Amino acid sequence: MNDVLDVVSAVCLLLGAALSLAAGIGVLRFPDVLSRMHAASKPQVLGLLLVLIGVGLRLRTGFDITTLVLVAVFQLATAPVAAHMVGRSAYRTRRVRRDLLLVDELGERLDEAARRDGAGDAPPPAA
Amino acid sequence: MTVVLWIAASMLGVAALLALVRVVRGPSSLDRVVAMDVLLSCLIGAIGIEAAYGRDGTTLPVLAVLALLGFVGSVAVARFGADAGDDDPDRREEARVEARLEAAREGRETP
Repeated sequence: MNDVLDVVSAVCLLLGAALSLAAGIGVLRFPDVLSRMHAASKPQVLGLLLVLIGVGLRLRTGFDITTLVLVAVFQLATAPVAAHMVGRSAYRTRRVRRDLLLVDELGERLDEAARRDGAGDAPPPAA
Repeated sequence: MTVVLWIAASMLGVAALLALVRVVRGPSSLDRVVAMDVLLSCLIGAIGIEAAYGRDGTTLPVLAVLALLGFVGSVAVARFGADAGDDDPDRREEARVEARLEAAREGRETP
C-alpha cells in the first residue's frame, strides 16, 4: 500500500516538474505578455497542485497535509486576481500584440465609451 | 525515489533558467513579473520535492510564504509599476500617455 502511494506521489511530482518546464519554455518563446501569462499559469495552479498532492502522499501526516491544503487555497484564491491585474495592466500599457488577438471585447467597449463621451463633451452647435 | 528526484530537479532547474533569461530580457516589467512568477513556481516545486524526498515537513510553511509573496509581487508591479518599467524610453512615454487616455475614457481620475 505504501509503495503504491509512493509511486503515485512520484508520478505527481514528475508531472508537476514537467509543467514547470513547459512554462519556462513558453515564457521564453511566446511573443507577448498575454500569451506568456497563458504559459506561466500552468505551474502556478495545476503544477503546484500536483506537487502538493505528491508531497502529501509522501508525508501522510495530518499536520503536513493541513499546511499543504492552506498553500493550495492561498494559491487558488490569489492566482486569478494577480493574473487579472497583470492582464489589465498589460492592455492599458499597450504590451498586448493586438494583431494576434482574434476578439478584443474590451477595445470595443472602450471605443464605444469614447464615442459616447465625445458626443456629450462636444460644444453645442452655434444657434 | 532518487531517480525521480534527479529528473524532477533537472526539469525544474532548466525551467528556472529559461524563466531567468526572460527576466533579464524583459522587455517590459510585466514580462519580468510573469517570469518571476514562473521562477517562484519552480522554487515552490523544488522545495516540495525536497520535502517529499526526505519525508520531512519542516519546510512546508515556506511554501505558504512563497505562494503569498508571488501574489503580492505581481499585484504591486501591475498596479503601480507597469508603465515605468519598459526598456525603450519612447515606448515608456507612449505607454504612460495611453494609460492616461484610457483612464480618461473610463472616467477615472488620471494617475
